Amino acid sequence: MSEITGTPKRNWNWRIWAGFALAAAAFLSYGVVFIRFPITRDVPWLNWLLFAGAGWLLWTGVRRARQESTVYHGKIAGPILMVLSLTMAAFFIIGTNYFTKHLPASKEAPKLGAKAPEFALADTNGKMVTLATLLSEPMPEKEGAGAKPRGVALIFYRGYW
Amino acid sequence: MGISVDMPEESAALCKKAGYTFTFLSDPNAVAIRKYDLLHAGAGVNGHDIARPGEFLIDSGGTVRWVNLTGDLKVRAKPEELLKAADVLP
Repeated sequence: MSEITGTPKRNWNWRIWAGFALAAAAFLSYGVVFIRFPITRDVPWLNWLLFAGAGWLLWTGVRRARQESTVYHGKIAGPILMVLSLTMAAFFIIGTNYFTKHLPASKEAPKLGAKAPEFALADTNGKMVTLATLLSEPMPEKEGAGAKPRGVALIFYRGYW
Repeated sequence: MGISVDMPEESAALCKKAGYTFTFLSDPNAVAIRKYDLLHAGAGVNGHDIARPGEFLIDSGGTVRWVNLTGDLKVRAKPEELLKAADVLP
């Protein structure tokens, strides 16, 4: 078509697509990769950097499509990809800020100096275990070879791993 | 030792996959979780009740010597912190 009318063929606006891909990577990489390392998990600065890079690519790409519409494609695709990327960024910010901090206050949890509440729960072999047995039973060979425990660390976690 | 609402089979699979050798207990009805006031109602898959994260170091007499209740799921106690707390145990 361009050959017939004589207008030069427009270039592919790679920036808007690269920006969108980078935003998707920024969104997905946190849960898959960076969540494993406290240095990138506690504060997701690396993902924010990736989103910032994506934003710059999208912004310059959209601008190109508008100001140089005879040279570049993407006048419609650009803004759409930008909105999609902003949506991902918004979900990411909400997910890593509101959702992770929206926890019960647990005001009645045992405090320093309090007696730890007793419990009776099944271990991975189905055997019933109480706090008293954990504190009195000699340690298994691997950890302390028969010594009485100095204490016990109770680690409550969310589960569903 | 780890406590969650996961069933013993699920915890056993986790231990095997991650190579953990310490004790894992199952609290599917959140009985101990409630006693320790760590219930996070409806926060699990399908609206199941689960525990919010919490770590306690208890001495041989049953007294709590160290507590960590994170205000942010992203931020957890580092192993060094727990080991340092354990140093003061007699």
